[in-house]
Amino acid sequence: VLRIECPCCGLRDHDEFRYGGDASIARPSHENEDIEAWYRYVFMRANPKGQHREYWQHVSGCRQWLVVERDTANHQISGTALVRKASS
Amino acid sequence: MSAKTGRTAHGGRIDRSKPLNFTFDGKPLQGFAGDTLASALLANGQVLVGRSFKYHRPRGIFSAGAEEPNALVTIGDGRTREPNIQATMIDLREGLAAESQNRWPSLSFDLQSMNGLLAPWLSAGFYYKTFMGPTRKAWMFYEHFIRKAAGLGRASLDRDPRHHTIRNLFADVAVVGAGPAGLSAARSAAQAGARVVLLEQDSLIGGQLLSEPLNGTGAKWLSNIEAELRDLPSLSVTTRSTAFGLYDGNVLGIVTAPASGHNGPCFSILHAKQIIFATGAIERPLVFPDNDRPGVMLASAIRTYLNRFGVVPGHQAVIATCNNSAYRTAIELASAGVSVIISDERGASNVAVPAGIEILAGARITGLRGRLAIKEVVIETASQRRVVAADLVGVSGGWSPTVHLTSHLGIKPRYSEAVDGFIPGGFARGHHGAGAMLGSYRTCDAIAEGHKAGTAAAAACGYGKTVASFDLFDGAEELASARAIAVTGRGKSFIDLQNDVTTADLELAHREGYSAIEHLKRYTTLGMGTDQGKTSNFAAIAMMSGLRQTLIAATGTTTFRPPFTAVSIGALAGPAKDKHYKPIRRTPMDSWHNANGAAMIEVGLWMRPWFYRSSGGDVNAAYVEEMNTVRSSAGLMDISTLGKIDVQGPDAATFLDRIYANGFAKLPVGRARYGIMLRDDGIVFDDGTATRTSTNHYFVTTSTSKAADVMSRMEFLLDTAWPELRVSVTSVTDEWAAMSIAGPKSRDILSASFVNLNVSNEALPHMGFVEGSYEGRRLRIIRLSYSGERAYEIYVGASAGESLWRHLLANGKVVGLKPYGVEALGALRVEKGHIAGPEIDGRTTLDDLGLGRMIGKRKGFVGSVLRHRPAFADANRERLVGLICMEKDKRLRGGAILFGPGDAIEGHGLGRITSVTYSPALENYVGLSLLAGGMEAEGTEVIAVYPMKNEFVRARVVSPVFLDPAGERMHG
Repeated sequence: VLRIECPCCGLRDHDEFRYGGDASIARPSHENEDIEAWYRYVFMRANPKGQHREYWQHVSGCRQWLVVERDTANHQISGTALVRKASS
Repeated sequence: MSAKTGRTAHGGRIDRSKPLNFTFDGKPLQGFAGDTLASALLANGQVLVGRSFKYHRPRGIFSAGAEEPNALVTIGDGRTREPNIQATMIDLREGLAAESQNRWPSLSFDLQSMNGLLAPWLSAGFYYKTFMGPTRKAWMFYEHFIRKAAGLGRASLDRDPRHHTIRNLFADVAVVGAGPAGLSAARSAAQAGARVVLLEQDSLIGGQLLSEPLNGTGAKWLSNIEAELRDLPSLSVTTRSTAFGLYDGNVLGIVTAPASGHNGPCFSILHAKQIIFATGAIERPLVFPDNDRPGVMLASAIRTYLNRFGVVPGHQAVIATCNNSAYRTAIELASAGVSVIISDERGASNVAVPAGIEILAGARITGLRGRLAIKEVVIETASQRRVVAADLVGVSGGWSPTVHLTSHLGIKPRYSEAVDGFIPGGFARGHHGAGAMLGSYRTCDAIAEGHKAGTAAAAACGYGKTVASFDLFDGAEELASARAIAVTGRGKSFIDLQNDVTTADLELAHREGYSAIEHLKRYTTLGMGTDQGKTSNFAAIAMMSGLRQTLIAATGTTTFRPPFTAVSIGALAGPAKDKHYKPIRRTPMDSWHNANGAAMIEVGLWMRPWFYRSSGGDVNAAYVEEMNTVRSSAGLMDISTLGKIDVQGPDAATFLDRIYANGFAKLPVGRARYGIMLRDDGIVFDDGTATRTSTNHYFVTTSTSKAADVMSRMEFLLDTAWPELRVSVTSVTDEWAAMSIAGPKSRDILSASFVNLNVSNEALPHMGFVEGSYEGRRLRIIRLSYSGERAYEIYVGASAGESLWRHLLANGKVVGLKPYGVEALGALRVEKGHIAGPEIDGRTTLDDLGLGRMIGKRKGFVGSVLRHRPAFADANRERLVGLICMEKDKRLRGGAILFGPGDAIEGHGLGRITSVTYSPALENYVGLSLLAGGMEAEGTEVIAVYPMKNEFVRARVVSPVFLDPAGERMHG
């Protein structure tokens, strides 16, 4: 039972969020036509044990997409940030 | 002095001024407030309470707590009937009706107890050996009889009328267990200022202290600390509440037994910053032949019944032990007038006992006589064999720390030589342990550890106030760590009482190579009952270590998983049943539909009109009639469920150009366009429309089912991939009521309905858009067709939806306008070959659906690269075709599998029918299909096979557009 600290809404139950996948993988530019690059982006995942950067959206709250730092071994969450802030 | 079996004259923690009537197997009995069902049964001399799982052996009450393997009863009748309830864990209440289980025709005369005679056949691995390989089919035949013979109670098949609640609780510190350690921990943490929740599965707090004599030191200490706890405002004490599971994020799952029969158990999700486990220890049994007979009990349980409930469970007792703790039971039984013999496995003990208690040193029980109750006990020492008369046998094989909860997050318990048991292998961050669960069996140690854990937990929450420990006292003799040895001989020696696993089963499993502890468990079902082997686990591990000639530490233990005790499914479901299972979404016109004969159907969360009863008696008659109305005059359809997204900003055109496979940059203001979206992997995601209402403003619609996903995906791309785009997206699904008017007369009705709007073909051509207002709310009309007819989508502020719906119907009445439902809608689009959910199934590409040409060589949109994956170019992929039925009096069905004529009817065939309708225009059944090779097969014949109804129908492959391929009906 996870709770995620939303930068807008505070500590909320994970039921309010939608998982959005691995945030450490860079999406190719929409103009990139390299099929290998898109193949790696869509299909290749490391499945690490330990720290993981991942996307979550606060769908039942502010609807912001967040980057959450979660330890996959024990679900400890060490940080959350708005994607727009985290990437800029 | 000889004791009378049953209730004592006085004493105990029961309220003798409040008698309670209850029944057991229909027999009226009486107990007192403060009794459990188990203590009340024993007080009434009911020694036999059930039959065992496999062999139907007579069984009695074995324990006084959550570890009870035997005394499972069914409570209540009719709709509230709940099976497999531990008699030791249910508070007696007025009118309680309990029934014994797994017996036929009666408890004392059970025909299936001859299963015991078939024991060699019902050995470990019975199912695997008997029903695998060539005899596998025999299972089909025997299953019914086996399930009837081997089992526990039966649940009610009716709906549970009780009210179930789920709640979230929050605390700084949660303390699990209210024995000396837990009480001390809760007190110190609360005094330091932390918000504390103290959880106790029993109806009273005190733990083992409740089993101490009422006039003793332990009881005095308990009443002192209880008085102090009452004055702590930040402490909440929750009894009858079992912490059944430990979950990530410092969350405990808790189930609270109902206070009355009207409520079901309550499920609480407790979020705590810190958790203190003070879960105590469970006494181990001894293993000897016929050790399952009614009257064999844990020694500590006898003490509980005697001191807490004022019940003497027998008048001639043998206390068999390998440690000192059982001596207290012997001494207190003797002072209650019971004649007691102690059979101690050890050579000598250091406990002083009063005169009159005989101690046999180096002695073991080697047999019991009596079937429904004990009559005699055979005790053997090195030099002698004694047969003594007895009706009660107390057993103590030492104690096992209760480490279940702390193991739930994957920290394996570890064997401690000093404790001779498994203790927690460690604690996660924010978790603490105290008392017997750590192997600290002395009461003073438990109190001191509780204090230490309580102050540490409070400090971790920011409450650093110094608190002095509550008084220490030493109530318990030190528990020696002598190991009990399993005794085998004639008669079954049980390890697991609930699942009827014997020493012979363990030996067999060892011989056959299932000696790893996790294999042993699955091969013999040891520890897999509702009691999760709380009393059997250690004996099994110890015995297997002996057989394997390894150390217990090397043998290890099985994995403990939630729940610690059985939790009824109703508690976990809580109020989420029937219409409360998920929310219901209703359109603004919902009440009109219901008032006007609509048969409603669930579409996702939405309720939509399926068909209108005024159109026909059943769905098949009604949808054809509704189609005819649309094709000949006009029909009105509630489409408020479509996803609606408002897209605004200077870069809105660029954004839509990237998310749709077809281009949007050149869409002029005031025009709409059909759009199709792909996923990143090149598979079709959703289709819908976008209307450019002004230069930087678009009104986007999605399918009903994908609305939330499309919205979330748009937000994802704007937040993560293209933050530089100046675009804002907002869901406006609920803000707009939407209806579609379709048919040759649709424009006439519109111009009659909106006299101030120009809806002529010039002002509002196909894919055109006009804005206006209706009753002060904004109105948008977009000329779009899904049915293939001249059609308009009309959007109005939700509050004016029903009014506009009535307005249109009133103005259209003269030309025959009628409402139509989703069945007709689906049929109209199939006739036109338009794709929908059954075709956009998460596996199909643009080319599969015949839409590749619409995109051409466009690049730079979501999915534009991976839609060219080599596998997608396979000429034999299943692609969209139309099918028309070739046999009169037969029909096509959605889901039918397609085969070539003469092909063997097996496997996945060449494809399948995705959507079917009867076409009034063609007077035949037509369908859309995904067929290998697609339109390459045009004109050929296929066999549509529907095994559920054993139907084989010939069909011809044709263009998926069955009606008006040039699209003349919707233009002009």
